Amino acid sequence: MLRFILSRLAQSLIVLLVMSFLIYGLIGLMPGDPIDIMVNSNPGYSAQDVARLRAQYGLDQPLVLRYWHWLSAAATLDFGYSRTYSQPVFVIMVPALIQTGKLVGLSFLVFSVLALAFGIAAALTKGSVLDRTINLLAFAGISVPVFFLALMLIYLFAVRLGWLPASGMFTIGGAGGVADSAKYYVLPVLTLTAAFAGRFTRFTRASMVEVLRMDYIRTARAKGAGPLRVVFKHALRNAMIPVVTVLALSFGALLGGALITETMFAQRGMGKLIFEAIMGNDFNLALMGLLFATSATLVSNLVADIAYAWLDPRISLS
Amino acid sequence: MSAPRSAEPLQASERPAEGPRAHAGPSVGANANLLEVDRLAVHFSMARKSWLQRGPSPVLQAVSDVSFSIRPGETLALVGESGCGKTTVGRALVGLYAPTRGAIRFQGEDLEQMTQQRRKQCRRAIQMIFQDPYESLNPRLPVSDVITEPLVIHGIGNREERAERARELITQVGLPVDALNRYPHQFSGGQRQRIAIARALGPEPELMVADEPLSALDVSIQSQILNLMSELRERRRLSFLFISHDLAAVHHLADRVAVMYLGRLVEVAPRAELYATPSHPYSRALIEAIPRVGQGRRSRGRAIQGDLPSPLNPPSGCAFHPRCPKAQAICRVEAPLLAPAPGRPVQLAACHFKD
Amino acid sequence: MTELIAGNAPAAASAVADRPQPVWQLRWRRLRRNRAAVLGGIVLLLLVLFAASAPLYERLMGVDVNDTNLLARFAPPSTHHLLGTDEAGRDVLARLMYGGRVSLLVGLASAVSAALLGTLIGLLAGYYRGRTEAILMRMTDGVISLPLLPLLIVFAAIDLQKLGFSEAFVRSPTANFYRIVIIIALVEWTTVARLVRASTLGLMAREFVLAARAQGASARHILTVHVLPNTASPIIVALSLAVGQIILLESTLSFLGLGIQPPTPSWGNMLNNAQELISRAPALAFYPGLLIFVTVIAVNFLGDGLQDAFDPRAEVH
Repeated sequence: MLRFILSRLAQSLIVLLVMSFLIYGLIGLMPGDPIDIMVNSNPGYSAQDVARLRAQYGLDQPLVLRYWHWLSAAATLDFGYSRTYSQPVFVIMVPALIQTGKLVGLSFLVFSVLALAFGIAAALTKGSVLDRTINLLAFAGISVPVFFLALMLIYLFAVRLGWLPASGMFTIGGAGGVADSAKYYVLPVLTLTAAFAGRFTRFTRASMVEVLRMDYIRTARAKGAGPLRVVFKHALRNAMIPVVTVLALSFGALLGGALITETMFAQRGMGKLIFEAIMGNDFNLALMGLLFATSATLVSNLVADIAYAWLDPRISLS
Repeated sequence: MSAPRSAEPLQASERPAEGPRAHAGPSVGANANLLEVDRLAVHFSMARKSWLQRGPSPVLQAVSDVSFSIRPGETLALVGESGCGKTTVGRALVGLYAPTRGAIRFQGEDLEQMTQQRRKQCRRAIQMIFQDPYESLNPRLPVSDVITEPLVIHGIGNREERAERARELITQVGLPVDALNRYPHQFSGGQRQRIAIARALGPEPELMVADEPLSALDVSIQSQILNLMSELRERRRLSFLFISHDLAAVHHLADRVAVMYLGRLVEVAPRAELYATPSHPYSRALIEAIPRVGQGRRSRGRAIQGDLPSPLNPPSGCAFHPRCPKAQAICRVEAPLLAPAPGRPVQLAACHFKD
Repeated sequence: MTELIAGNAPAAASAVADRPQPVWQLRWRRLRRNRAAVLGGIVLLLLVLFAASAPLYERLMGVDVNDTNLLARFAPPSTHHLLGTDEAGRDVLARLMYGGRVSLLVGLASAVSAALLGTLIGLLAGYYRGRTEAILMRMTDGVISLPLLPLLIVFAAIDLQKLGFSEAFVRSPTANFYRIVIIIALVEWTTVARLVRASTLGLMAREFVLAARAQGASARHILTVHVLPNTASPIIVALSLAVGQIILLESTLSFLGLGIQPPTPSWGNMLNNAQELISRAPALAFYPGLLIFVTVIAVNFLGDGLQDAFDPRAEVH
C-alpha cells in the first residue's frame, strides 16, 4: 500500500510540475506585460530590482528560463506579489482558502448526504413514482446552469421575499457571530448543492441498482434478511466503492462551481479570487490560484485512487 | 493419402561449424523445403507490475529453439497441450510476432531479411485459419467483404474481379452464393470456419497455417471441415502446418507430426511411427491418452500427471522432468537435444531415455 | 467427395438464423420505448426549429434583432414584440432565437471537435501502444486533473494578438466563435480519448484484426475498416452525454463575459446583461436561463436514452 501511495504521489508531482509550466506559459499569453505589472505591484522594488527582474522575467527571455526563475523562487515559498492587492500572494490566498473551504465543505456535506439518501431510496423502490420523481429532480439538478439557479434563488429569496441576503459573508456593521453568517451561507450552499446532488443521486442509484442485482444479495434475502439489513450490511459497502471515488474525483468540478457561486454571492473565496485575478491580469495571483486548484484536483484524484484500492478487496496494489 | 515421405537424417559430420542441430527435414541447399524454421525463439517481455520495482522484467519464453521444415504439399502437424507455444509458432509464421532469436525461411529466404516487396509476397503465400470462428470474422462486415479483405489489402484485382473470386471461393467451401450478402452472425460455427477457409484461399497461398481450426466446433462438424481441408489440399497442392491438441484429428491429415512441450520440440516423426511407437515419454503419454472405443479398461485412456509449468519459470534441464515417469538425475540438469530414436532414423526425440 | 461437402448447402440454407434484425433497428426500437428520451428528442427538435426560424420571425413581425430603441426599453409583451423588449429596446424573443442559434451551434461544433480530437488520440494510443500510448495517456490524465472552469477562463482570457493574430481578426465575431469552440474542445476531448483507447485496445486483440494484420494491412486499413465502425457506438453515446455539459460550459463562459461577446446574443450573455436588472425586469433573466435549462435537460434525457439503447449488455452478439 505504501509503495502504491508513494508511486502515485510521485506521478502527481510530475503532473503538477508539467502543468505549472503549461500554466505559466498560458498566463504569459494574457494581455499585459508581466514586468510592468510585477513592478507596479510591489512598492518595495528599486530601480536595480526592476532591471534585474526584467533581465530574469522579460518577455524576450526564452520561456524556459523565465519559468525556471519563477520555479526557483516558488521553491522557497516566494510566490510573488499580487498586483491587485499589492501584497504577497500567500497572504491573500490563505483567508480565501478558508472561506472556500467553508463553503465547499458545507455543500459537500449537504449534497453527499442528500444524494446518498435519495439515491438509495430510488434504488430500493426502483420503478416506483418515488424513483421516477427522484430521477427527474436529479436530471433537473444536472441540467440547470449554476449561475441561473443562483440568480433565481437571489431573486426569489432576497429580492421578492427578503428572507435572505443577496450577497456577502456577514452583515457590515453588525454584531457578527455564527447566526449572522449562517444566513449568508444558505443560498450559496443551496446553489452548489442543487447542482451536485443531482449528479450523485443518479450515480448512487445506478451503483446501488447494480449491486442489488448481484447474487449475494439474493442469497441474503433468501436467508430472510429484512430490506434494511440487506441494504446496510451487504449492499452499501460495495455500492459505495464507485460512489466514493466519483465523489473524490468531482472535486475539480466543485471548484468550478464554487467559482461561480462565490462570484455571484460576493464571497471572497478562492474561486472568486482566481476569476478576478485572471480577469485583472494579476499574473502572480492567477498563476498561484490555478496551481492551487490543480493540486487540489490532483490530491482528490489521489485520494480517490487510494480509497478505491482500499475499499475494494479485489484490487491488489502490489 | 500419399505415403509419408521419409526425411533424410542430418549427418552431424556434414554440418561443420554447428553442433547437432535439431532438424527434422532435408538440409538447406535442396530446394525441396517450402518452409524452414531454424531455432526459432519467441520471448515476450512482461510488463512490470509497478514502475518502482527493481530488476529485469520477467520474460515469458513462449517458444525456445524450435526447428522444423515443411515441403511443398506436405502437412506437418504441431501438437501439444494448451500453452505449449504452438499457437505462438503459428503466429510467428504469419508475421504477427517477430522472432526473438532464430530464423524463419520461406523458399530459402529469411523472412526478416527480405525486401519489403518480397515480404509482401510472403504474406500472401502464407495464410492462417484461426481457432475461433466466432471471433475471426468481423461481425460488421458482410461475408463478401470478409472473404475479399485479403485481396483488398494486397491490391489484387478490381472490384468486379474480387467479387467474382468471392463467388468462386464460397462455392468451393460448400456454401451457397447468397451467403455472400449475409453477415457472419447468421451462420453456424462450422459455416463460419468455411468462410474463414475461403478467405484464406483467396490470395492463393502455398502454405496454410491452421491454428486449432476444429477446437471450437462440434464433433460432428469437425470431420466435415477436416474433409474440406483435405480436399482443398489435394486440389491445390497446399502445404499445411496443422496446429492442434487433438491427436485423433491430426491422425487424419498429417504426414509428419511434431510434438511440442513448454516451447520446445520433444519429438518429430512421420505419422505412422509416432502413433505406433512414440519415442518420447510425453508423446507416449499423449498417444495413450487418446480414448479408444471398445477396449475395456484401457479404452478410457491414461491422463498425464500434474499441470503444465509456467512458461515464465520453466523447469531446469529437461522441461518435462517434473511430470516424467522416467525422470532421473541427469534430466534435471541437462536439457536433451533432438536426436534420432534408436534404430529409427526418421524419428527424432529429445530425451535421455527415449525408446 | 464434393457431394459430401456441397451436401451441406441445403442444410446451410435452413440452418441460417431466421432474419435477425440489424443492430441499428434494435437500438432504435429500444430508444423509442424510452419515453423520456423521446420527449427529449422532440423538445430538442422544437428548439432547433425555434432557433432556425429567427429570420422568419423577424420578417413576420417586422423587427430587427439589432434594433435598439432607447425610448421603448423594458416594454411589456405586445403584438409587436411578443415578449417585450430588453434594456436597450431590442426585441426579446428575436434575441432569444438568435441566441439559441449561437448556443446550439457552439454546442454541436464543440462536441464534434472534442470527439474528433479525442478519437484521434485514442486511436493512436490504442493502435501504436508503447511509448506513444504512454505519453498520450499521461497527457490525457494530466488534462483531466486540471480544474475545468478556471482553465477555460485562462484560455478565454488569452490575448490572441500575442500569438500573432491581427487586431481586426481578434475582435471579429468569427474569431470569437472559433475561440470558444476550440477551447471547449481542448478540455472536453479526454472522455472520448479514454473511451476510444479502451475500445481500440480491446479490438486490436480480436482475431479478425489479427487476421488483417497477418495480411500486412496498413494502419489506415485496420483503423477504418475494423476499429472505427466497432467504436462508433460508444463515441456517439459519449458525444450525446457531453453536449449537455458543453452547452452549460458555453453559457457559463458567456455569462462571465468570456464567451460569445455582445452584441451577438447568446443565452449566456443575455443572462449577464440581466443580472443587474434582476429587480426591475426578472423576466429578462428568466427566459434565457429557462431555455438553457430546457435544452440541457432534453439533451441529457436523449443522451441517457441513447446510452441505454446502445448498451452492449442488451445486445445479442
